[in-house]
Amino acid sequence: MLVLLGIAVVVFGFIVRANPLLVVMAAAIVTGLAAAWSPDTDLNAMYQAGVATLARFGEAFNKNRYVSLIWIVLAAIGLLERAGLQERARMAIEKVQAATVGRLLWVYFIVRQIAAALGLTSLGGHPQMVRPLIAPMAEGAAEARFGPLPDRHRFLIRSHAAAADNVALFFGEDIFLAIASILLIKGYLETNGIVVEPLQLSVWAIPTALSALAIHSVRLWLLDRRLQRELGAKPETTP
Amino acid sequence: MITLGHAYIIGGLFFAAIAILSALDKANRRGPVNALFWGLIALSFLAGDRLGNLGNGLLALALVALAAVGLGQGKPATTTTEERRASAVRRGDALFLPALIIPAAALIGTLIAKQTEWGKHLIDPSQATLISLALGVLIAVAAVMVWLKPPLLAPLQEGRRLMDAVGWAATLPQMLASLGAVFLAAGVGDQVGILVSDFIPLDNRTLAVSAYCIGMALFTVVMGNAFAAFPVMTAAVGLPVVVGVFGGDPARVCAIGMLAGFCGTLMTPMAANFNVVPANLLELPDRKRAFNGVIRAQIPTALPLLVANILLMRFLAFPS
Repeated sequence: MLVLLGIAVVVFGFIVRANPLLVVMAAAIVTGLAAAWSPDTDLNAMYQAGVATLARFGEAFNKNRYVSLIWIVLAAIGLLERAGLQERARMAIEKVQAATVGRLLWVYFIVRQIAAALGLTSLGGHPQMVRPLIAPMAEGAAEARFGPLPDRHRFLIRSHAAAADNVALFFGEDIFLAIASILLIKGYLETNGIVVEPLQLSVWAIPTALSALAIHSVRLWLLDRRLQRELGAKPETTP
Repeated sequence: MITLGHAYIIGGLFFAAIAILSALDKANRRGPVNALFWGLIALSFLAGDRLGNLGNGLLALALVALAAVGLGQGKPATTTTEERRASAVRRGDALFLPALIIPAAALIGTLIAKQTEWGKHLIDPSQATLISLALGVLIAVAAVMVWLKPPLLAPLQEGRRLMDAVGWAATLPQMLASLGAVFLAAGVGDQVGILVSDFIPLDNRTLAVSAYCIGMALFTVVMGNAFAAFPVMTAAVGLPVVVGVFGGDPARVCAIGMLAGFCGTLMTPMAANFNVVPANLLELPDRKRAFNGVIRAQIPTALPLLVANILLMRFLAFPS
């Protein structure tokens, strides 16, 4: 039961808003020590357990380096931003008369969800798509309609651009057969003596995918209504 | 053959360059902290396999210490808004093409490595997408350098500008994966299972399904990752109760259970790469708060979707 202290550390760190990296490391060490502790362990044994936990953490850290490899895309994205990629994205969307923030994000949502369902998860993402293209386009669509945006609405629109990417990805990717989560479920069930085909799993991701589409469509429609209500009535402030 | 090892060398050199440029940045008073932080990540990419397990653990510990001290934000010279607007008008929609090179390369590289006979010898098929993505970045940078002829250091300086905007959050996903490994070794999952089955009455189908789905979401909120929650909650409630006692179909129960976990991912700052990184990248003013704008935009979708998952599991996962 003592090993659950690690989870308590995570929750506590969360509440006092400590730096999350610090919280993660503290939770790992507390868990490792708690697993080794019994009333008659001496200080030396606890020290050994601490070192062993740090080594286990390091082993996993090294094995998971691939997670952090994605950041090299920032070299290419930064270079294009320097040449005006975000500004171009804004200009492109301002020409589309029918574009609203909600409709634009809805189209992106559908494309992203279908692409993820086909296994093309790398076609979107925050560094590659949201920051350089989708967020500026959404802001552009709002500016074309309502003029210069107050900060509050600018940041609301940016948050929704990121949210559309996340929701579409999460509830699209599981329809694809060879995605990590499907393979994890298959592997887990196999170790418990239940053999399932990936197709059996991915088919049952479809009802949730459709529910996500329905719910988020309503959210985006409500977002458009809110922007219209709060910004639409204002007179043009630009000359 | 190009392997993940080669991609790691590219990553290592990128972070090493950022570290050096941070050290030389006199305008950033915390430049040395940034230089050490990015330098250690470079070391991890370039020499991680030679450091040993404890060495890597100490490296992670040093990263945590530096993050606690606080990283600064370098402001390398870049173009002004006016220059960017002028460039956007002059170059037109052709600016979008280099941005599309990266996903296109990831797609084509993966297909070549997995589907063709010769591709297997060119790109390691087991890591094809990551390797192709890295190649795509190199091609895109090379194309822009030839086309627009920016200063030679521009890709590294612009990369540093964005990397500093992301900050320490860049390493949180990797750290959480490592925490998961420690939890697994200590048997945290088994203990949670005992707790849940001891304290929550699971005497009808709807209660059991609700406990499993809500448990998945809650544990995902704590761990920041549904993959960590899945084995724990499925061993605790999913297989023994929903499947074992009430006769749910294991494939359907697990598939929908995982998606219930994803609803938790939408609501937690621990899922850094999905919820904190974009807040940093989009420069939201509340990015340091526990519930930043991105999470607040997602919660009203996540909660009804969690309810939808409970209903779907309740009505679809029990054939017969």
